[in-house]
Amino acid sequence: MKQPKRLRKPWDATVLTRATLILAVLLSIWPLYWMIVIASRDISAATRIPPPLLPGGNLGDNIVRALSDESSHLMAGLVNSLIVSATVTVSVVFISTLAGFAFAKLRFRGSTVLLVTVLLTMMVPLQQIGVVPLYIMMVELGWVNTLQAVILPFLVNGFGIFLMRQYTIQAVPSELVESARMDGASTFRIYWNIVLPAVRPGIAVLALLTFMQNWNEFLWPLIVLQPDNPTVQLAIRGLSETNYGQDYSMIFTGTLLSIVPLVLVFIAFGRQIVGGLMEGAVKE
Amino acid sequence: MTSTEQRAGRSGARLASRLDHRGSPYLFVSPYFLLFAAFGLFPLGFTLWVSLHRWKLAGDKEFVGIDNYTFLLTNERFGAAVVNTLGMFTLATVPQLLLALLLANALNKRMRGLLYLRMGVLIPMVTSVVAVAIVFSQLFSHRYGMINWAVELFGGEKIDWTASKLTSWTAIATMVDWRWTGYNAIIFLAAMQAIPRDLYEAAAIDGASPRRQFWQITVPQLKPVIIFTVFISTMGGLMLFAEPMMFGNGRLDGGTRGDFQTIGLYIVQAFRERNNFGLAAAAAWLLFVLILVTALVNYLFVNRLRGSK
Repeated sequence: MKQPKRLRKPWDATVLTRATLILAVLLSIWPLYWMIVIASRDISAATRIPPPLLPGGNLGDNIVRALSDESSHLMAGLVNSLIVSATVTVSVVFISTLAGFAFAKLRFRGSTVLLVTVLLTMMVPLQQIGVVPLYIMMVELGWVNTLQAVILPFLVNGFGIFLMRQYTIQAVPSELVESARMDGASTFRIYWNIVLPAVRPGIAVLALLTFMQNWNEFLWPLIVLQPDNPTVQLAIRGLSETNYGQDYSMIFTGTLLSIVPLVLVFIAFGRQIVGGLMEGAVKE
Repeated sequence: MTSTEQRAGRSGARLASRLDHRGSPYLFVSPYFLLFAAFGLFPLGFTLWVSLHRWKLAGDKEFVGIDNYTFLLTNERFGAAVVNTLGMFTLATVPQLLLALLLANALNKRMRGLLYLRMGVLIPMVTSVVAVAIVFSQLFSHRYGMINWAVELFGGEKIDWTASKLTSWTAIATMVDWRWTGYNAIIFLAAMQAIPRDLYEAAAIDGASPRRQFWQITVPQLKPVIIFTVFISTMGGLMLFAEPMMFGNGRLDGGTRGDFQTIGLYIVQAFRERNNFGLAAAAAWLLFVLILVTALVNYLFVNRLRGSK
């Protein structure tokens, strides 16, 4: 295994390193691949021994069956999740870029204290701890089983503010902000015309992460929605429960459909997601 | 325009600009704080209030002081939920962070296709918890699961993964690890790239092996990020909900003997199935305290990494 020392820099990968990484990636992909295998076969595939290793030809059939399954409302779930995730994403991006700009480029009394407060709020998982009173609130407001009940608790996100602050600091030169102010631009104009265009790559990352997170939200929708009006996560849970032990090809087709939007986004923007995560991490 | 009017106009503009200058920052950060107050801070306080009552959705609310807390702290089922949660958390987090460290170290080397490898280990993060839990529950199923098939292939006996604490915790920890190891690796990797190369070069000249360099340079340098990931994993791990729920076929009781009922499941069971909001709120506050205590303990533990320097 040892190569001559002079040829190899210490940061070059060895064969062992490469093999380990390839194995790690294979393990990462395997359950998804397995999902595709079962989703594209007939009912018996999931219980066959030895297990099938290649996809079959029943995917189209299974998609039709999963989408038309009456007890799980998968179609409604996909639409609901799209609405919820898109709304939350727009809100989080707007509020985070606004606050991120203020914390990055504007001087105001108490800014450090407020920034630390945001950091502290990030560390407290309030939506989960507060699940009982949030539910009581929604009952009082008459919003149980509505989409606004799912949306409202997630409209802001402390992580987003930190990410955008970070991004604004490095993407927007302070001189630019100052000279725009000399020219008489209002602060909101500076935000809209200078900051927003400059931080667009950061916005892309934040939007993707926020969308994914909300697409995946499970506990709160489970509490506040009823089975006839589900999000996608509730719908595939319903699919798996009503068909438990019987129809894995249909269940797996449902789970496959539930991650298609995320996988497409990842294929398109995976590079930025990796970069964005690394960007956001260094500061912590 | 007369000169007085001009002057008035100019000072008006100056006033507007000063107001804008002074006021805008607060205006810009206020949406976050307002919404956080309404949907974060208020629920937290309200949880405390509800937890001091016998509270059902309809009907009278009766103040009972700390009764809910004393009930929980002496209740076997809740005690088991705490043990289960901590058990699964430990079983998931320790290997997860160690693997992520090694993975990050590997991803930090120079090789072809690096970006694709990095994206590859992030793929699990893109899937949904529920989808993962469904797939893994099938892989772990007793009679037809692929994992038992592999166990038999290597001469073992089929395991009923839902039947005991250790096996169910292992299965659930596997789901968590599969989903989050790559994510943590990328976070570690980001921090690794900020470590100056000459530290390694100096160590190499002193004759330190790569392994020694890893444990004595990389790991201590990563300490702040390790603390961060431990904190994130603590919060996520102690609030475990979807995985154990799906692993138990969507039930909230964590198996017939509650082997894998987490505190999260207990909370939801208390108020969904028993209509006992006060008890659920008290359990939520205890969970909050548990998260703070665990985070603190972990912090102190990780903080001792410096000793190895």
